[in-house]
Amino acid sequence: MTQPPKPAAPAAAGRGNMKAELSDHFKQYKHVWVFIEQERGVVHPVSFELLGEARKLADKLGVEVAGVVCGAPGEATKMAAAEAFCYGADVVYLCEDPVLEHYRNEPYTKAMTDIVNTYKPEILLLGATTLGRDLAGSVATTLATGLTADCTELAVDADKSLGATRPTFGGSLLCTIYTLNYRPQMATIRPRVMAMPPRVDKPIGRIIEHRLDMAEDNIITKVLAFLPDRDSNKSNLAYADVVVAGGMGLGSPENFQLVKRLASTIGAEYGCSRPVVQKGWLTADRQIGQTGKTIRPKLYICAGISGAIQHRVGVEGADMIVAINTDKNAPIFEIAHVGIVADALKVLPALTEAFRRRLSPHNRDKLAS
Amino acid sequence: MHIVVCIKQVPDSAQIRVHPVTNTIMRQGVPTIINPYDLFALEEALRLRDKFGGEVTVLTMGPPMAEDSLRRALTYGADRAVLLTDRFFAGSDTLATSFALATAIARISEVYGKPEIVFTGKQTIDGDTAQVGPGIAKRLDLLQLTYVSKIGKLDLDGGSIEVERRAEGGVQVLKTRLPVLITMLEGTNDMRRGSMKDALRAARAEVVKWGAKDAGIEDMTKCGLRGSPTVVKRVFAPGGRTDKAEFITFTDKTPIEFGDELVEAIFKRQPAVEDDLIKHAHEFAAY
Ligand SMILES: Cc1cc2nc3c(=O)[nH]c(=O)nc-3n(C[C@H](O)[C@H](O)[C@H](O)COP(=O)(O)OP(=O)(O)OC[C@H]3O[C@@H](n4cnc5c(N)ncnc54)[C@H](O)[C@@H]3O)c2cc1C
Repeated sequence: MTQPPKPAAPAAAGRGNMKAELSDHFKQYKHVWVFIEQERGVVHPVSFELLGEARKLADKLGVEVAGVVCGAPGEATKMAAAEAFCYGADVVYLCEDPVLEHYRNEPYTKAMTDIVNTYKPEILLLGATTLGRDLAGSVATTLATGLTADCTELAVDADKSLGATRPTFGGSLLCTIYTLNYRPQMATIRPRVMAMPPRVDKPIGRIIEHRLDMAEDNIITKVLAFLPDRDSNKSNLAYADVVVAGGMGLGSPENFQLVKRLASTIGAEYGCSRPVVQKGWLTADRQIGQTGKTIRPKLYICAGISGAIQHRVGVEGADMIVAINTDKNAPIFEIAHVGIVADALKVLPALTEAFRRRLSPHNRDKLAS
Repeated sequence: MHIVVCIKQVPDSAQIRVHPVTNTIMRQGVPTIINPYDLFALEEALRLRDKFGGEVTVLTMGPPMAEDSLRRALTYGADRAVLLTDRFFAGSDTLATSFALATAIARISEVYGKPEIVFTGKQTIDGDTAQVGPGIAKRLDLLQLTYVSKIGKLDLDGGSIEVERRAEGGVQVLKTRLPVLITMLEGTNDMRRGSMKDALRAARAEVVKWGAKDAGIEDMTKCGLRGSPTVVKRVFAPGGRTDKAEFITFTDKTPIEFGDELVEAIFKRQPAVEDDLIKHAHEFAAY
């Protein structure tokens, strides 16, 4: 914005003294809500991740967790509501209407703002997906409240306000943002940033139905078609249990065979750093990091990746990180659990072979007997 | 037709450094660029103008030096540039920014004609919020088309537009009514180089400069810090992990010894991974 060219922190510190002063109207706003993103009968997993996070916030605040489910009348929408309870919702606000069959900004914005205005949540969380970001901006503007996008951490302060932390300046810094005097406090969170809570079988709980007064004739935008991505194009990076990735240190697109071979040997997804995509060695859906995918695998093996902050923020949720880099001072070793200072072109084949030996059913049977 | 393209001048974040002691952004000497995502919006606008005729107005809100980015946009072929600059805008969050830009676009409509399309980039590289476009759309009551990967049929007489929009798991084909706000997806086109004629014109062109009042903003409480419901309380550098990595040497053993040692180290720390991998190996062998 129109900031004079001076450091970010002092300016921010100047605003830091602001105190929450909620009007009586906003004091009525209670409970933590999650928008349950559901399309074509499938709930986006980020919604369940957010229910897990909402539970933590709600427990601190001593309030309830609610899911908001919108969709066409029918099984799929009801299933989404039922699932929300299994992932921790106490209440579900359900809005069923034929105009909500496919996501469109107009009817979804109206549904969400109406439900918020009627039932008044203090916190509203949405996944930072293409749908969630399209919707969140419209809803926040309509409600004239604050929205913090792409958060990586949420916390409740002593004064019960929501502190939403997000990367800024291309990830080189983090900042914690508050919506002090407006409600609801809105935030979007990218898939896989929050851990998936366990699913517990639960009966359908309290459902509050909301009627959307909107006729199809009054909705201007029409969906002409939906062209699903071809499966071969789809990488399942974000939700893979094991991920192998390569960076510029691999030197050439041909050397990515080593990464792919290791990945296929152990049934992993493969990915890369941003410059690899920019060079056209791999497609954009393989990019891991702040402007690519956030991953949370049990095991992350990366070779020839320096570990720049924009890459790190995408992989810090991994349970275990194995890094291969020729430079012992590479920043990736600051977050790695196991490090190998050596040439990736030699290490990758050795590791692939070792996994193959170890995992071959023949060898395992021998080991077991 | 008239198209307005909102652009932002941003620090080239590839060159941003954080001061190691004070954790502040060192902006001095960091070159500024047009937000790379906005170039896809600008190019798309120029293509539509070339095809259908009309004018492209570029608009930015920023400090006086943001004029550089506008001039750059003129060299690419934009017809007119408007700089929205006022100290009242300092510290704007997405809500206050979309208010100021939306008001300026309303003013542009009065002075230069109503736009059929307002373009923005998908997001900026410094803020990364992707919320200003939707905010402008809502305030101006424009139909909103985000993450557009392709512009299909545009019927100016009939007042309709068809686009392809990136959604989760596929592409939505949408048809809607003009005027619209479009946020353009990256990688959808290549920015032209701009002609010599445009470069000469850009050097001499006058950039329209508006303060808040000129843009028709009356309610200053909706601008800048005061108009921003969000408050940045803390800025800090990301911390590393405290425990150190275990290093496994490579050169002092055979590849087989090394491989076994590494696999062992992985499975020891992550027994669950071993189970997963064995399961996978068995399924694989079954084929
Ligand atoms: C706004 C912004 C967003 C960004 N978003 C992302 C993002 O989402 N994801 C991302 O990854 N990056 C992102 N980046 C880029 C990021 O800053 C780094 O430039 C990038 O991650 C570096 O990629 P790299 O590690 O592959 O390449 P380099 O930084 O070039 O590192 C190569 C590494 O390989 C090592 N090496 C060299 N030869 C070998 C060998 N034979 N064997 C083993 N190691 C070797 C080197 O020691 C070095 O550490 C972003 C940058 C910006 C400004």
